[in-house]
Amino acid sequence: MTARKTPLYETHVRAGGRIVEFGGWLLPVQYAGIKEEHQAVRTKAGLFDVSHMGEILVQGEDSLSFLQTLVTNDVAKLADNQVLYTPMCYPDGGTVDDLLVYRQGPNDYLLVVNAANTAKDWAWILEQAEGKNVSLENVSDDIAQLALQGPLAEKILSNLTEEPLAALKYYWFWPEVTVAGKRVLLSRTGYTGEDGFELYCDPGDATYLWEAIMAAGVPLGLMPAGLGCRDTLRFEACLPLYGHELSAAISPVEAGLGMFVKPDKGAFNGREALVAQKTAGPKRKLAGFAMVDRGVARADYPVWAEGRQIGHVTTGSYAPSLDKNLGLALVEAAFAVLGQAIEVEIRGKLVAAQIVAKPFYKREGK
Amino acid sequence: MNIPKELKYTKDHEWVRVEGNTAVVGVTDFAQLQLGDVVFVELPPVGKTLKQGEPLSVIESVKAVSDVYAPVSGKVVKVNAALEEAPDLVNQSPYGEGWVAVIELADSGEVDALLDDAAYAGVAAEGGH
Repeated sequence: MTARKTPLYETHVRAGGRIVEFGGWLLPVQYAGIKEEHQAVRTKAGLFDVSHMGEILVQGEDSLSFLQTLVTNDVAKLADNQVLYTPMCYPDGGTVDDLLVYRQGPNDYLLVVNAANTAKDWAWILEQAEGKNVSLENVSDDIAQLALQGPLAEKILSNLTEEPLAALKYYWFWPEVTVAGKRVLLSRTGYTGEDGFELYCDPGDATYLWEAIMAAGVPLGLMPAGLGCRDTLRFEACLPLYGHELSAAISPVEAGLGMFVKPDKGAFNGREALVAQKTAGPKRKLAGFAMVDRGVARADYPVWAEGRQIGHVTTGSYAPSLDKNLGLALVEAAFAVLGQAIEVEIRGKLVAAQIVAKPFYKREGK
Repeated sequence: MNIPKELKYTKDHEWVRVEGNTAVVGVTDFAQLQLGDVVFVELPPVGKTLKQGEPLSVIESVKAVSDVYAPVSGKVVKVNAALEEAPDLVNQSPYGEGWVAVIELADSGEVDALLDDAAYAGVAAEGGH
């Protein structure tokens, strides 16, 4: 399959973005440099093209009851214009994907799914909806998405809209507002551990909006930001990445996301398996660790303790905001305790590390 | 991109500066630009003997893990320990303070067969590998 281009592809190339393939899409991994962009998002702001994300509409009178069986979190708790993070599981508790649910109305929901999973999710959701009175539409190609993230995001955006942005709370959205003269769906969401917004727009407006936000933000320190720092930012905040912390073989309870699994809401895919894991405690747990000796842990490196392998690294990296080499690992539950000594196998050598608290980074304030 | 005239190069983006019977080895400006922010350098033990083309060091950027190969055969007589504390010297000064190791030449004929600056510029222009 040929990699696809977002509407902003030419903009990225012109701005010196280094293009890589990710989840079937050609996107910039970096512009100025991962550390510099990372720091800009933590202290000022960064603008990301996240148009590769998939969007699926769920409408019709069975929408809520269908979604309740489809995902693990409680969709009934949503009010209009509110957003919910939720895993979506297989009956065995393995994870199909993790996604955001936007309630646009009582019978009108927008699901935002991972780019690399869009086709798989769409097929799964169609199959699960059989016999239900819902209408489904994969609108991924009709929507472009920008993410403006960082402590100055609100200030930058306030130059481009009349809307009272301070009134838009975390995990809420406005379905139709004007930003730089264009109609967008605006949500206070993100994947960086910082305050920020995500703008869903017509693909034809994406370049104009990008340029307008850059023009308003650059004087305040806004930088264009690539996938590289998106990963280091989410990693420091310990936000899961599908394919690493979650997969068909890793349940949300194992990944430490049990708070997004709500057995009391009634039947849903994976309920029995996940309840069993919650009750008995999962056999494996996702733990944070810091390298004690020199070395950088990377995804899939084996993790050892007491002379045997006890798990594997799901994500490992240099953490720019903490200036440390850190990692997340899925390990036997008995070893997922603070202070536990472990070893990471790096190129055949065992390198000392220690279990530490998650998240590695938490912004001050909210 | 900086490609000094006085150095020799490999198609894998290492550079060599001959000093007497030794070769100072590092990675090129092109290599450090491709890698991005370097966060870790694994240095070989002093005294290790390597054949040309064998792994000498590992340089890791935020996203990438990259092998550095011995551009010439010989014994490692010195390593740049400063890279343990300041791996970003590879980005800041790839031909200077960011050098990786010094190899005592086993066969000075190997140096003559390395690329000159013009030939390496061609390799880099093709985008490397």
